[in-house]
Amino acid sequence: MSRNSLLFWIGATLFLVATLVMTQVIGNEYPFFACYVILQFIVLAVAWSILGGYAGYVNFGTSAFFGIGVYTAVFLFKAAGAPLAVQIAVAAAIGAFLGFALGLLTLRMQGIFFSIATIALTIIIETTVTNWRFVGGAAGIQMQRPPVMAPFHSYVQMLFFVQALLVVLAIAISRYIQNSWMGRGLQALKDDELAAECTGVPTLRLKLLACVVSGALMCAAGAPAAMYLQYADPSSAFNLNYSVTVLAMSLIGGTAHWAGPVVGAILLGATQQLLTVTISSEVNVLVLGVMLVLFVVVAPEGIIGLIRRVRRNRKEGAG
Amino acid sequence: MFSFDLLLDAVVIGVLLGCFYAAVSLGLSLSFGLLDVPHVAHPAFLVMASYGVFFLNDQFDIDPLLAGLLITPLLFVFGLVAYRLYYETFEKRGSDAGVRGIAFFFGIAFIIEVLLILQFGVDQRSVTASYIGKSWQIGDMRIPFRLLVAFAVAAALTILLTLYLSRTFMGRAIRAVAQDQEALRLMGANPVRIKQWAFGIATAVLGIAGALLIIVAPVDPTLDRSYIGRTFCVVVMAGLGSMSGTLVAAIILGVAETIVLTLFGASWAPAISFAMLLGILAIRPQGLFGRRS
Repeated sequence: MSRNSLLFWIGATLFLVATLVMTQVIGNEYPFFACYVILQFIVLAVAWSILGGYAGYVNFGTSAFFGIGVYTAVFLFKAAGAPLAVQIAVAAAIGAFLGFALGLLTLRMQGIFFSIATIALTIIIETTVTNWRFVGGAAGIQMQRPPVMAPFHSYVQMLFFVQALLVVLAIAISRYIQNSWMGRGLQALKDDELAAECTGVPTLRLKLLACVVSGALMCAAGAPAAMYLQYADPSSAFNLNYSVTVLAMSLIGGTAHWAGPVVGAILLGATQQLLTVTISSEVNVLVLGVMLVLFVVVAPEGIIGLIRRVRRNRKEGAG
Repeated sequence: MFSFDLLLDAVVIGVLLGCFYAAVSLGLSLSFGLLDVPHVAHPAFLVMASYGVFFLNDQFDIDPLLAGLLITPLLFVFGLVAYRLYYETFEKRGSDAGVRGIAFFFGIAFIIEVLLILQFGVDQRSVTASYIGKSWQIGDMRIPFRLLVAFAVAAALTILLTLYLSRTFMGRAIRAVAQDQEALRLMGANPVRIKQWAFGIATAVLGIAGALLIIVAPVDPTLDRSYIGRTFCVVVMAGLGSMSGTLVAAIILGVAETIVLTLFGASWAPAISFAMLLGILAIRPQGLFGRRS
């Protein structure tokens, strides 16, 4: 194991221990309620970047995958009373399948056509769920949380820790892909798909793989949300706001490195929690939109790009 | 249960509705179809124009169509500025414009949506005019006047724009820039200025289109989301940049929507345009009247 990997896994372990200690020490539920949302967006942004950042396919369908995750959990819980772990695992499997289907369907589409197709998929799935009576239809469905498991004192604390586990899983996968041949292949097909194909990069397989991994992680991140809110309805589970938020987080953080979406999600997620509490949720979307446009225009490489540029300048100054 | 009368009803209403869809898609057919700008914010611009019409109608009691005409110059300038910004930040720099260009317009769309919510609230808004609310009775069929108005104006708008693109100097220049930008540059023309002009026209058309939108049905700030499906469906089905194709494609969509609405109920309506769009993209990406094969 290289020094970098060692540091990464030590960091990940420390992070998990810290979250676990938090659940044991802090009695107030609110911090978990707020931090859960930020963790959820870290998973979504990291997952989005695997396809959107490495491969350069702008996916507007984050809300489709998220919503499918939510409704998989709802369905499993209502039909069989399945425990949380099963809900998440099945959601991930369905997400992987859906990602594969999306990949197959959109093989020939590039750029804006791919993006529009993902919006289309979102609305079609949302409409189907709206017309599905068993999971509540348009009116939504109430969920009763099962008793919490030890060592946690409340269900929200448990969901918080589970989401923290998902964060570590998502980042580890994203980091692995970035550093392996897959990351380099995706990078190549982002720069020039035809040239990559000609030089022997299996672009088709890589694209499908990115769709599958990204989809599975997004659905897994959505599954605990049903129990978090104790309520699910199609228009909020499939809300396009998830897509734009995750897109903004990834692009603002920077998509060239796995740390970009993490930084973006923490920064924007925290700002949003603050704005929603202090001003209003409309202003919060406004700030998000303005920051997205601003970053795309002024700092196309995101925060990671800015940091790299500062470092390079410093090196040149020293040398 | 199947009834022939019901089907006939659906087809007639569908054709009228289709012409209206053509009117709201014409701008996108220009900006996305001819100029290749990933203009996801087109429906948001459209809804914004509707709110402009609502404001003039509500405050000064101006007829919605006249109000649409009044805001047209403003929209034209807005379009010029928007394209300039897009060009300077993305097209000029070249590399990686795809991802960020799409994100740029997506962001703009959300900003417009939120500003409309902050200014006008989330409630549905509608306009008042003498021809709204009445209908025309033919036998058993009742056709709302507002749909007929939308139909007539939409048809006129489509014909005007087709004539503009085929008969005027600037119109031909726009089609030329869509075909071969480099050739135009070699002829000594400035392709960027022509594209900017075309984007201005594409946005200006939204004045009338926005008026029709709010005449046909009440408008709320998030309406642009369902019109992403309708407008892109029409433009992609038409084959990018074909004006007459836009009309035909829009009528197909209109008829499909009303038939599904009649047979399966309103709750399936939002998915139709998106499903058709997805189908076309997957099976025949060049559209029915494609300019590229």
